[in-house]
Amino acid sequence: MNNRQHIPFINKAINKDRSTLFKPSRREFLKLGSLATGGLLIGINLKCSGPSKDTETFAPNVYLSIGKDNTVTIVAHRSEMGTGIRTTLPMVLADELGADWKNVKIEQAVGDEEKYGDQNTDGSYSIRMFYDPMRKAGATARHMLLKAASKQWDVKVEECETKDGAVIHSSSGNQATFGELVEEASKLDLPSEGEIKFKPFAEYKLIGKDIPIYDLKAIVMGKATFGADVSLPDMLVAVIGRSPVVGASIKGFDKSKAMEIPGVKEVLQIDGSEGVAPGLDKPLPGVAVLATNTWAAIKGRDALEIDWDLGENQQFDSDGQLTEMLESTRGEGKTRRERGNFAPVNLMQGNSLDKTYLAPFYAHGTIEPPAAIANYADGKLELWAPTQHPQWAREAAATALDLPIENVKVNVTLLGGGFGRKSKPDFVVEAALLSKAMGKPVRVQWTREDDLHHDFYHSHSAQRIQASLDGSGKIYSWNHHTVFPAIGATSNPDELHPSDGEMGLGALDFPYDIPHIRLESHESKAHTRIGWLRSVSNIHHAFAICCMLDEMAEKRGIDPIAQVLELLGDDQTLSFEEEVSGDFGNYGEPYDKFPWETGRMKNVVRKVAEASGWQNAKREGKYIGFAAHKSFLTYVACTVTVEKDSKGNLIIPEVHYAVDCGIAVNTDRVRSQFEGGAQFALSLATSAITFKDGKVQENNFSEYKIIRMPQAPKKTHVHIIESQEKPTGVGEPPVPPFIPALCNALYQMTGKRIYELPIKV
Amino acid sequence: MKNYTIQVNGKSHEVNVPEDMPLLWVLRDIIGLKGTKYGCGQSLCGACTVHLNDEAVRSCTLPISSVGEKEVTTIEGLSENGDHPLQEAWTAYIVPQCGYCQTGQIMNAAALLKKNPDPKEEEIEQGMAGNLCRCGTYNRIKSAILSVSKSS
Repeated sequence: MNNRQHIPFINKAINKDRSTLFKPSRREFLKLGSLATGGLLIGINLKCSGPSKDTETFAPNVYLSIGKDNTVTIVAHRSEMGTGIRTTLPMVLADELGADWKNVKIEQAVGDEEKYGDQNTDGSYSIRMFYDPMRKAGATARHMLLKAASKQWDVKVEECETKDGAVIHSSSGNQATFGELVEEASKLDLPSEGEIKFKPFAEYKLIGKDIPIYDLKAIVMGKATFGADVSLPDMLVAVIGRSPVVGASIKGFDKSKAMEIPGVKEVLQIDGSEGVAPGLDKPLPGVAVLATNTWAAIKGRDALEIDWDLGENQQFDSDGQLTEMLESTRGEGKTRRERGNFAPVNLMQGNSLDKTYLAPFYAHGTIEPPAAIANYADGKLELWAPTQHPQWAREAAATALDLPIENVKVNVTLLGGGFGRKSKPDFVVEAALLSKAMGKPVRVQWTREDDLHHDFYHSHSAQRIQASLDGSGKIYSWNHHTVFPAIGATSNPDELHPSDGEMGLGALDFPYDIPHIRLESHESKAHTRIGWLRSVSNIHHAFAICCMLDEMAEKRGIDPIAQVLELLGDDQTLSFEEEVSGDFGNYGEPYDKFPWETGRMKNVVRKVAEASGWQNAKREGKYIGFAAHKSFLTYVACTVTVEKDSKGNLIIPEVHYAVDCGIAVNTDRVRSQFEGGAQFALSLATSAITFKDGKVQENNFSEYKIIRMPQAPKKTHVHIIESQEKPTGVGEPPVPPFIPALCNALYQMTGKRIYELPIKV
Repeated sequence: MKNYTIQVNGKSHEVNVPEDMPLLWVLRDIIGLKGTKYGCGQSLCGACTVHLNDEAVRSCTLPISSVGEKEVTTIEGLSENGDHPLQEAWTAYIVPQCGYCQTGQIMNAAALLKKNPDPKEEEIEQGMAGNLCRCGTYNRIKSAILSVSKSS
């Protein structure tokens, strides 16, 4: 082992515990709080600009500028990973402004939280958090344009309106384009809080409609820029051999064979994270091969000989841990919620069921594997990355290179899928370290194998639910045990229970009217990096709860949809506070603003029953399953129909979703999230990541199977409840109810209940 | 390292690369055509699909040495202004979500329609089975292809 070179990795990278993802930090809370009241964030940004000497453009806030040529430029500050948010938020501003959508240009913001507010595109937050600020940004500008025009025409402001990029005064016939008003509007003071008014909902022309995504044409022409598409002069490409087992360290390596490959320029060690709790923001230890092109870097990496000290996790076997976790649910856990006088004796009354549910690890499997470009020169670092969280990438890279944050610029490209993986900045930090070491631009390219072997996985889980009936056949008690390695354990090995935030994802908020409820968690350790994946713990919680409810309905001899309506009780606002032992996270929102309303859930349940022809389907002997699950403050009910074709292959002819997400801002993108969510969830139901000897066993899409077109549901119908409630996100909510609805349908077909994922079909 | 002359989108390119370099990396890293994407490196996902003459091929496993005289068409060469019927159908149905796999999907669909201008739904499903979409746009892809098939 010779020629060893080190990149000094400064091991003080921010140890952000993202297990508190849904329990915002104090700083984030202030921001959210101010957003919830609608004022401060945009207030700050408005103060940044104000009257300007620049009369070529009118830029009343950081999200908007209008040029004399009538071009309206709107900044997209959230990351685009397929939800359509880069179109939808600018669309809200444009609609409130009265802009001509055809003349709107969208610019992607660099990572700058101080300037733009929260950019962490995660937790189905974007619409919920920024619908009002975007409207406010539009309304402010509209007010100033109207004022400028009314001054010019000497008419009352109230008599003017904006339409298709112009201000018009109908009674006089006066009309001026936004561009013509730029100079005058730029001289005006910003309106006071009381002067800013939103349009009546009925006047919106874009909100509530199907609006095509801004990048559509660029994407179908192959001109859209994703992470790895950025190319800089003299750039090297790095492919990295990373620790095969989390917690492994490098004893030494031989780079001689790698260096013989034409195009390979250098081989460098990245010290990376240390120990079995490697954190969420640090690279794993690894050896990077830097070459003039990707192929040489891949071949160079494959030719490396690295001697690893594999550490304690080399004993890790995921099947073994699942068995242990399942066993632990037999004992008493830590009580996280309790209602009624719950004593084990209750279970002895009447009939009861005692069932367990297992779900595996999942990788994100974005078709674009992680990639990032860094250019370090003269104490400054510029980055390009498909990141969901540009601010975290900026902080983590600044810390790793010991740079002041203002010397780091993060450009956000389009993301070829995110699903939570690209929140973590580890791959961006790798590029930053290597560029500094080489004094050249570097692109770090992950291969598919790298991606599946070194992800931040969705945790595997074991659950047990014991439920009993009273003498009249009603559900009397419900005891839910859940155990899964926590996200927080990736940073802190002492975190043995899921956080309140994780428990709040579909377990704490069990909404049903059952007199005795107890929720318990049990201890488990993380032996790999645990992260969050589209809808997070809702995936396994909804699987267990909705499958168990179906089985209880059968036991009671009642229809599962009728049972859910019964258990939701009267239309009411639920209260969890007194029963929950820790924080009831409510996805980071104040409970009074976003409460649990049984009426809204009953509405989507009834809607899906009606639209799917539930009663008829049952009568006709179709194999149809149902599940309802609220997540990320969005109410969703789902039915899935299954059958077998002549060759015995499973076919899903039809999926129905009913969704209440408050105002559905871009209806086409709401539908597309549900269509895609069904397919994403079907992949989860039928695939798994497993570990043996601490190593991931699945290498590529040959083993970690993403569903293909023939397996996809033939039709997915999305029924959106018309609503003017505050809008909530739709990125994640489609996923949780699909898997149990599928399992319940399969039971109808096969007579066998599914207690373990992946489903073997 | 060897010299190869390949025809890409009607233009001749001379490249000096090792003979095992997959066409994908020649296109992306050497010629600078970024519309063809890397997804798996093993012909499992289809993100790298291009045409070799009229055949859809996975460029991530096709060594440069086996390209020969054949004409390579990438997404950039499918149409000049993005007005290939499939690109227009993709636009009409707002197919993409993240968009990363879509150039491979379109190239695969274009080759499929050349061979079979009037595919049945099941033939589309089988013909497109090599192209993965993690966002889940399969239904819209199918609708878009059906809309430009001969009998539609």
